[in-house]
Amino acid sequence: MRKTLILARKELAGYFISPVAYVIGALFLLVSGVWFFHKIFIPGNEASLRPLFEAMAYMMVFAVPLITMRLLSEELRSGTVETLMTAPITDTEVIMGKFIGVMGFYAVLLAGTIVFLALMYAYGQPDSGVAVMGYLGMVLLGSSFVSVGLFTSALTKHQLVAAMISVTILAIFAIGMQEMVAYAPSPWNELASHVNAMTYFKDFARGMFDTRGLVFFLSTTGLFLFLSVKTLESRRWR
Amino acid sequence: MIDVKNLTKWYGSVPAVDDISFHVEKGQIVGFLGPNGAGKSTTLKVLTCFHPPTSGTATVAGHDVLDESLQVRRKIGYMPEAVPFYPEMRVGEFLKFRASLRDLRGKQRKIAIEHVAKRCWLSEPENMMRRPIGQLSRGYKQRVGLAEVMLHNPEVLVLDEPTIGLDPAQIRAMRDLIRGLGDDHTVILSSHILAEVEQTCSRLIIIAAGKIAAEGTADELRRRVLGPSRLIVELKGADDGEFISSIKAISNVRSVEATAAGNWTRLTVQADTNADPRSEVFALASQKGWQMRELRREIGSLEDFFVQITYEQNVLAGERAVASA
Ligand SMILES: Nc1ncnc2c1ncn2[C@@H]1O[C@H](COP(=O)(O)OP(=O)(O)OP(=O)(O)O)[C@@H](O)[C@H]1O
Ligand SMILES: [Mg+2]
Repeated sequence: MRKTLILARKELAGYFISPVAYVIGALFLLVSGVWFFHKIFIPGNEASLRPLFEAMAYMMVFAVPLITMRLLSEELRSGTVETLMTAPITDTEVIMGKFIGVMGFYAVLLAGTIVFLALMYAYGQPDSGVAVMGYLGMVLLGSSFVSVGLFTSALTKHQLVAAMISVTILAIFAIGMQEMVAYAPSPWNELASHVNAMTYFKDFARGMFDTRGLVFFLSTTGLFLFLSVKTLESRRWR
Repeated sequence: MIDVKNLTKWYGSVPAVDDISFHVEKGQIVGFLGPNGAGKSTTLKVLTCFHPPTSGTATVAGHDVLDESLQVRRKIGYMPEAVPFYPEMRVGEFLKFRASLRDLRGKQRKIAIEHVAKRCWLSEPENMMRRPIGQLSRGYKQRVGLAEVMLHNPEVLVLDEPTIGLDPAQIRAMRDLIRGLGDDHTVILSSHILAEVEQTCSRLIIIAAGKIAAEGTADELRRRVLGPSRLIVELKGADDGEFISSIKAISNVRSVEATAAGNWTRLTVQADTNADPRSEVFALASQKGWQMRELRREIGSLEDFFVQITYEQNVLAGERAVASA
């Protein structure tokens, strides 16, 4: 556990000296800001954060893979994986350390959007339940997205390839499934609704605590973290 | 300390190390010597638990590299050949991170970092610790790599080509440092440069085409190359026939050949293995009143031996390539 945290701290610190992370952070805040002032922060509009949360969730389909792509790919490319894996640290500790590190950066990104929340409170009476559940939903969605990104980063030493694979996977579950629910014949639409990340998230964004959503996000996180550990382990055998 | 038995490693369908066995005692400094692609790095990667062996076993300090990998990794300090780094990290940060991974903390960690920084010539210039590693020159990166390896004062150091990229003064300093480690550490290092390994290591293992071609101390290996000893003598003051018959009379001398070298006679004297009849030849020349301008014992060099092995390996590799074509 101690080593997991040491690694997490190193990863998190790495984001603060990485230009890529700054660009992604700035873009994310810019786009959510534009969205906020354009769609929500309008006199006479109902004071609801829901559209903002939904927009942020869709942005994460592209932002998370860009944040996670370097995690293991860069270690594989530069060869630092050799010094890392010959140190007394287990593969699980490596994966968990990286996961916690990115989640830390993700939390910093989310914290940046609290400005918008503050503005809403200053000029209106937004629903606090929506705010709390919305952020909880963002964290849950984030952890499952990050675990997918971490997994694809373990697959290849090419960062861009890793990012493209994870954007594809995330887009299938966040956007593709919604389309299937709407247009596919049964029983396919029925099946798709069970793995549709966005329906679960939208419940949170409406201020509801969705237990099935909680289970969905936590189990996908667990699954992809497990797959990441296995992928890292299998690298030794090549 | 290190025990390798019938170790074989294939990368997919490429054989890299082929059934090698060796043993390293505690406190020894062993040099792994061999041409490019011989399998040196691969062997070291198996020892450091980065790659599992395809077959055979390797144990370090009594722990198996497969079954007790964490214990092995705790006891080893490993510097890979390319010395990979996180370029954006600062030297001090990097050492702190690695020390933490080695369970050093607080004051203990601070002392360890100061200690290795001094030992690996990193305490000068003043701002060294605050520089990003990516901006350092090759040699300084190498020093950071070495400092990192010594942080936890490991029992076993595995260094893959530790002196590559260093300037001559640093090569010498590195050599002294490694030699100084030898008392309570076991060191295994690889190199292409024979002269260097010969000076640093108590034992050499020459590896070629994934097999051990020869092993022993430098002297033992040299004796194998030497064969019968040979003297080169240049004399004046008699004819060839007299030179030959007089020298042949010396015990231990097997044969003598004469060639002309201007108005001098150049004699090549073959003597028994390890015999050195130089003083007898000199005594003979002064007794007979011959002039002498050269008297030299030829020693086959380890370099020759090494090149010969390399050559044989290339021939083998060539044959394999032809066979598979
Ligand atoms: N990751 C890998 N995948 C496939 N083949 C490899 C890999 N690493 C090494 N090899 C092959 O294994 C053989 C031994 O390589 P190794 O790196 O152990 O040689 P070496 O003795 O360290 O050479 P050098 O002096 O050039 O460093 C070579 O034929 C090499 O091509
Ligand atoms: Mg090598």
